[in-house]
Amino acid sequence: MRIVVCVKHVPDLQAERSFTADGRVDRSQGDGTLSELDEHAVEAALVLTETLGGEVTVVTVGPADAEDAVRRGLQMGAKHAVHVIDDAIAGSDVFGTALVLAAAIRRLDVEGGAEGGAEGGVDLVITGMAALDGLMSVLPSLLAAHLDLPQATLAAELTVADGVVRVRRDLDHVTEVLEAPLPAVVSVTDQANEPRYPNFKGIMAARKTPVTAWSLADLGIDPATVGDAGARTRVLEATPRPVREDRVLITDDGEAGLRLAAYLAENGLLG
Amino acid sequence: MSDGARFAGGDVVLVLVEQHDGTPRGSALELLTAARALGTVHAVLLGQVSDAAVARLGAYGAVAVHVVGVPTPEASLPPAVAAVLAGLVDETGASTVLVASTFPNKELAARLALATGAGLVVDASAVQRGPEGRVVTTQQAFAASWTLRGEVTAARAVVALKPNAVHAAPVATPVLPPVITHDAAALFDGVPGARVRVMERTPRPESSRPDLGEAQVVVVGGRGVAGDFSPVEDLADALGGAVGATRVATDEGWISHETQVGQTGVTISPRLYIGAGVSGAVHHRGGMQASEVIVAVNDDADAPIFEFADFGVVGDLFTVLPQAAAGIRRLKAQG
Repeated sequence: MRIVVCVKHVPDLQAERSFTADGRVDRSQGDGTLSELDEHAVEAALVLTETLGGEVTVVTVGPADAEDAVRRGLQMGAKHAVHVIDDAIAGSDVFGTALVLAAAIRRLDVEGGAEGGAEGGVDLVITGMAALDGLMSVLPSLLAAHLDLPQATLAAELTVADGVVRVRRDLDHVTEVLEAPLPAVVSVTDQANEPRYPNFKGIMAARKTPVTAWSLADLGIDPATVGDAGARTRVLEATPRPVREDRVLITDDGEAGLRLAAYLAENGLLG
Repeated sequence: MSDGARFAGGDVVLVLVEQHDGTPRGSALELLTAARALGTVHAVLLGQVSDAAVARLGAYGAVAVHVVGVPTPEASLPPAVAAVLAGLVDETGASTVLVASTFPNKELAARLALATGAGLVVDASAVQRGPEGRVVTTQQAFAASWTLRGEVTAARAVVALKPNAVHAAPVATPVLPPVITHDAAALFDGVPGARVRVMERTPRPESSRPDLGEAQVVVVGGRGVAGDFSPVEDLADALGGAVGATRVATDEGWISHETQVGQTGVTISPRLYIGAGVSGAVHHRGGMQASEVIVAVNDDADAPIFEFADFGVVGDLFTVLPQAAAGIRRLKAQG
């Protein structure tokens, strides 16, 4: 089976992250990485192709350093990588990103692989549960809408048999098991698996694998529909959280519990 | 905006109301309260609705209640609900749709925005009208270390609002809203979700404590509880709060996975957060740092949580928590 995994390059979570004056994520500080949550998506795809046969293509959208995200996917074991890169994409909201990714998946579906892979159409699209820098978590749903495919998101367990994908997911108040015929769009949570670390062989193979670069023109997308031009929301202001001046830190002297109770009472927080 | 004139009173705001045991959830009343500042409020319910529930929605400002039947389990999946709401947007001419910010609701909000050309904001902590009538929202980013204010530039807006973002308040002069029943079956035809089948759907028993995502007070246990959540639960009960856990605590099997607070679990923004034996790792912070007041109890003075706690206690949670719970009960008894 052919699986496409959508991955995102995000600023390192552990690093100090910030916004630029015009409200965009500041990507100038470098040290970006493949979103940890997307590693679960790559892992899920690799496990499926290892048991059922087939190959995995990783796709990303973003500026030049986003290539690191698909490189990581190749190191983990993906066979092909596509990087959609175009200056007009800058400033895209999730709708612009979904439009571009959907077009890339359609092209992969028609062409049978970035490097002319052997098999036919795309059977499964897998994403992570969210992008750690934005937590929109709506991308898979938008992809399914664009591609007119069934969606089964937030999989804590994912299996494929007889052309049907089966997903178990735990929502706030309910546990569900969903089934959808392939092709379909699924997202996996961090409960789905434990992502592998790239081994030496994977790292060497990834070095030799070219990353296919596509522009908006390659995908037949009008630049006016993405980027700043296509965005339906606008950031007015980005402000860092102020440091609170009245913070209290005490070491327990035998009465800290009582002082905590008194603090809650003073602040009207006794419930 | 085809048929907007049917409902007088300016911009119509649709609010998706979720119920538990036939009663609107607390988050729904918050949505109605927020929606009143945006326009004329219409509530939307899937499934059955009782007279009491309708009256309650009226008390919080709904002037109409749209009820859409759920003929199959598949009909409550996000693609189907998005199609229902798109139909109602068309019928009412609504400019704005509000939903509670949960994972399924964020998905349906996105599909609805795609279908109606609306701008989308999820995980909003505030929503109001700007000077030019545009919908203006506030969001937290990067583990709540930044606050973003933004506006929807499209003619329509779909906003997913976080629980506890606004304090629910009834209107001074409530009306009993008319109930408008809609035929769902037509709306579900042709929705891609129809190809998805719900094989099992098991509601999890909801605890006697408040819902974690909606609670005003949450007490969270981390690695430091070392398998014993009883002091955490007891303090939560003293405060009438919910119990949460870190990823370590759920992975160790000390408490069920649904209680995990963090970027990949439940995102909470209660009035009071108390972390016991919680180090404050970045993944956890992403799910709780928007809390109004943050209290930390940890025996490790170097734990990162002390860098952003409003009230920090370096000490043994197994002595501090019971003493605090007893103190709280005493203070409450004194009134």
